[in-house]
Amino acid sequence: MHVTRGFTGRPRVPDAGLPPGQYDAGDDWPVLSAEVTPDLAPADWTFRVDGLVEQPRTWDWTQAHELPSSAYEGDIHCVTSWSKFGVRFGGVSLDAFFDVVRPHVSATHVVAYSHTGYTTNLPLEDVTGGRAWIAWEYDGKPLPAEHGGPARLLVPHLYFWKSAKWIAGLRLLDHDEPGFWEQNGYHGRGNPWEEQRYSGD
Amino acid sequence: MTDTFAPATRFAVPGRIAVSNRAAAVWQTATLTEIRRETPHASTFRFVVPDWAGHLPGQHLMLRLRAEDGYVAQRHYSIASHPDDAGHVELTLDHVEGGEVSGWFHTVARPGDEVEVRGPLSGFFAWPGDRPALLLGAGSGVVPLMSMLRQHRARGLSVPLRLVVSARSPEELIYTREYGAETTAVFTRSAPKGVPVGRMAAAHVAPLLAEQPAGGWEAYVCGSNGFAEHASRLLVEAGQPVDRIRIERFG
Ligand SMILES: Cc1cc2nc3c(=O)[nH]c(=O)nc-3n(C[C@H](O)[C@H](O)[C@H](O)COP(=O)(O)OP(=O)(O)OC[C@H]3O[C@@H](n4cnc5c(N)ncnc54)[C@H](O)[C@@H]3O)c2cc1C
Repeated sequence: MHVTRGFTGRPRVPDAGLPPGQYDAGDDWPVLSAEVTPDLAPADWTFRVDGLVEQPRTWDWTQAHELPSSAYEGDIHCVTSWSKFGVRFGGVSLDAFFDVVRPHVSATHVVAYSHTGYTTNLPLEDVTGGRAWIAWEYDGKPLPAEHGGPARLLVPHLYFWKSAKWIAGLRLLDHDEPGFWEQNGYHGRGNPWEEQRYSGD
Repeated sequence: MTDTFAPATRFAVPGRIAVSNRAAAVWQTATLTEIRRETPHASTFRFVVPDWAGHLPGQHLMLRLRAEDGYVAQRHYSIASHPDDAGHVELTLDHVEGGEVSGWFHTVARPGDEVEVRGPLSGFFAWPGDRPALLLGAGSGVVPLMSMLRQHRARGLSVPLRLVVSARSPEELIYTREYGAETTAVFTRSAPKGVPVGRMAAAHVAPLLAEQPAGGWEAYVCGSNGFAEHASRLLVEAGQPVDRIRIERFG
């Protein structure tokens, strides 16, 4: 692409933490969801893992909190071009849930679904090995509803639409099944470092 | 225990249309042909995009600018023009204080300049003109809704369409000359004589939900996140089903 006449952009220092095409949103945390923010109390929240597992199971708020807590501190990247550095989330590693349900060896992908009906697909290896969380705290406080509270999925190494808000469950599959935005033209995996924004990228 | 919990499918509605993934992936050159001032803070930018695949009202595109050192800024913009304006695309941009991309458009851009766009993107907020449309927008959130209104007019559609649009003041209302009987304007800071000042309220929404067209309204809400939260709550409280509310948040 050619240079845009007269465009310099803001003064900037190269930042190795910023994936290509992203900008630092600073203290802003834009909200991007296509649905009405649900009115979901912790007491009504449940989280289920099923599909290709030995032992399907549903956790309620109290049961999920009995699992060992785990925090994420690092960066997040949204496909709409903002990134946010040094954010802190508290919750439980998905590994702790998988230890209980025991995935079959045939499981290769998951579909994450929310209490609003939103879905997104992920390779299983993107949500295991300490790379994904169920998060209910942001910066030491309960996760706000508009950001997915009481609890959301957190997969910080992928674009944030993969981190389904108001997470309700994961279904393990032996194949890939495009979720909501993926059916709407977004990339199947969404790796920010490879700029996998739209299908075909 | 809800051990048989299955996801509610109420929001798992498909997009209104299937998007062309090829069109979404390819960057195209868009040449600026015209700039029209809408309000002191918003202008419309008209482009020629020769290979534009066509869009539906409500869709947006991604636009990028490149600096000499290779730095690239990209942002999403809703498409303001209607699809029958073949080979052309219009965007309406607010001049955001200190904004990198909108700042360039409002202070540097002139006809003949070239930028790059890809799209159209997302079928979710699209309106094919089939169902009755109840449109709520604020500020530049009216942009994709205007594309719907323009299409409705251009094609002489008979399916009901209503627009409730919120702006700070009459001077800041975008597209003010184009509204007709289908539109109610709400002013939050200052209003013409005799028009009350205040936020969009149940009183604006309830009468429209009371006059339900056959098949019910498909509601489209667009604006800042604060507005989207407020307006979608008004709709839910007035009885609009959540699975018939589509929201586009500008952040
Ligand atoms: C789907 C979608 C559709 C949209 N449609 C439209 C539309 O039709 N019309 C429209 O006007 N907008 C639209 N937007 C918003 C648009 O994408 C941009 O966010 C907007 O134009 C601002 O971009 P900018 O580059 O001018 O501002 P930015 O540079 O992104 O700045 C935004 C704010 O952050 C501050 N800021 C950010 N980074 C820095 C920094 N490094 N240093 C100092 N300050 C900083 C700025 O001062 C400013 O207040 C849409 C957004 C989405 C997601």
